[in-house]
Amino acid sequence: MKIAVCVKQVPEGTRRIDPETKRLDRSGEGALNPFDANAVEEALRLKDAGGAGEIVLVSMGPAKAQDALRKALAMGADRAVLVSDEGAAGADLVSTSAVLAKALERESAELILFGQQANDSDGAVLWAAVADRLRLPVVSQASEITHSDGKLTVKRQTEFGYDVIEAPTPAVIAVSDAINEPRYPSLKGIMGAKSKPQETVSLSDLGVDGAEPRTEVYALNDPPPRGESRKIDDDGNAAQAVLDFLLEKRLV
Amino acid sequence: MSTVVFLEHHGDELLKSSLGVLSKAATLGDEVAGVVVGSNVRGLAEGAGKFGAAKVYVADDGQLEAPLPQPRVDVLAQLVRDQGVDTVLFANSVLAADVAAGLAARLDAGLNWDLVDLVQRDGKLVGKRPALQDTVYVDVGWTSEPRLALFRSGSFDPNETGGSAQVEDLPVSLEDFSTTARMVDQAHEESTGPSIEDADVIVAGGRGLGGPENFTLVEELAKALGGAVGATRAVVDAGWYPYAAQVGQTGKTVSPKLYIAAGISGAIQHKVGMQASGVIIAINKDPNAPIFEFSDLGVVADVHEVVPKLTELVRARKTS
Repeated sequence: MKIAVCVKQVPEGTRRIDPETKRLDRSGEGALNPFDANAVEEALRLKDAGGAGEIVLVSMGPAKAQDALRKALAMGADRAVLVSDEGAAGADLVSTSAVLAKALERESAELILFGQQANDSDGAVLWAAVADRLRLPVVSQASEITHSDGKLTVKRQTEFGYDVIEAPTPAVIAVSDAINEPRYPSLKGIMGAKSKPQETVSLSDLGVDGAEPRTEVYALNDPPPRGESRKIDDDGNAAQAVLDFLLEKRLV
Repeated sequence: MSTVVFLEHHGDELLKSSLGVLSKAATLGDEVAGVVVGSNVRGLAEGAGKFGAAKVYVADDGQLEAPLPQPRVDVLAQLVRDQGVDTVLFANSVLAADVAAGLAARLDAGLNWDLVDLVQRDGKLVGKRPALQDTVYVDVGWTSEPRLALFRSGSFDPNETGGSAQVEDLPVSLEDFSTTARMVDQAHEESTGPSIEDADVIVAGGRGLGGPENFTLVEELAKALGGAVGATRAVVDAGWYPYAAQVGQTGKTVSPKLYIAAGISGAIQHKVGMQASGVIIAINKDPNAPIFEFSDLGVVADVHEVVPKLTELVRARKTS
């Protein structure tokens, strides 16, 4: 089975928003979005179970996102396609989904996987938009995936419990981070990743005019005060301190 | 402005979080409509009038019974086009997020997500979105219509104002690809005991408890405080506690007056389910646990010592 995994480069360490552009500052070191590692791991697992296939990473971001893609290649993915274009900077959900859908169309994968969210923007919705553009079935919060005879059986976790959903391939599935424990790349994997194909494509390569956002940012503000936050160490009286706090707040 | 709120239901009840968004939308001035999508849901629609809906659209069809997103996108897209709806609001859930994003792509519409508030400013709608672990509040808007917004669950309380809604049936016409995913089993775990969504006090336990047997510490404290017991996904997955108690992104979203987190690190999965709580107290022996960043009182201590002591103190106070 050919599997496409959509991954994202996120800023490493402390994140900040550029007050000028009101966009996330992406100038520093980049890392692979940790939730995407679950999707890569699941692709590797399904490839092993099926005995054959190819795993292609599809991403959109600045040119240096290739570094983050190399980390996923080191885990075992076969090759990477990065859509990188000045015209795509500041893209929002709806424009990103249009670009990714075009990049995914070129691959004709039988399964398209996403991680459950991006840890920079906390976005947790992209897959459903991509699936709609590709006119493919979608299942999110997958905690188990099995594949046989062109049919995917997915266990979905919701607020109310578990559902079991069947969908024919090709399909789009967003995995929960409970689905697996992503492997650490081996030294061999890391060395091997350097020689795996990493393609960079522009919007015009994909036949996309631009990535016009439909949402905008007006202003950045301080959060409403949460009240004073206190932290205490246990000196043997911690329980009493908690009780005093509860009394002060009239909660007991 | 023509606003529609997606009213999600489970069993024979509309979700509180959806009704909260409806009540909020009704305060913004213009008439607000709700939309209920499912099978045998007409009765539910009528009840939404009490929470501020002037009209409730109903798509009632056997094909819409399973809580799957894509048939709902079809229904909503047609509603937006036929009625010239310019704003569609959703309360976040696994289902609603997928419906909202699918609809955004279908209509090429802007979607702002994780909003905690919505205001009118100079004739424009402005959403409030906490970002970077809630350290920044971002004012966001839309450059075109229709505007789609997904609110954090629990952002607004439903406000029962009376009134009744006019119910209008919608035609149901589904895309071929929308019905290819099929629900084959809905193994919902029904909760027993006091519902944690309605509890004023929740004491929740995580991996830091060390083992399932130590959940009695959490249960005892909850009992002493007259509250309910919550659990993280990690411990539910490990089989230490039933799913019904799970708080977080894929569990319950709660906003009690008091939330005590015992041995919980505060992963984002858990945080989104409890961050709207009134007062948050965290007990964890790791001083760097992320939970301390959004606690009102952080106690760096061993839960096995502090929790039973606290239970004793609370009990002693109640009997004195």
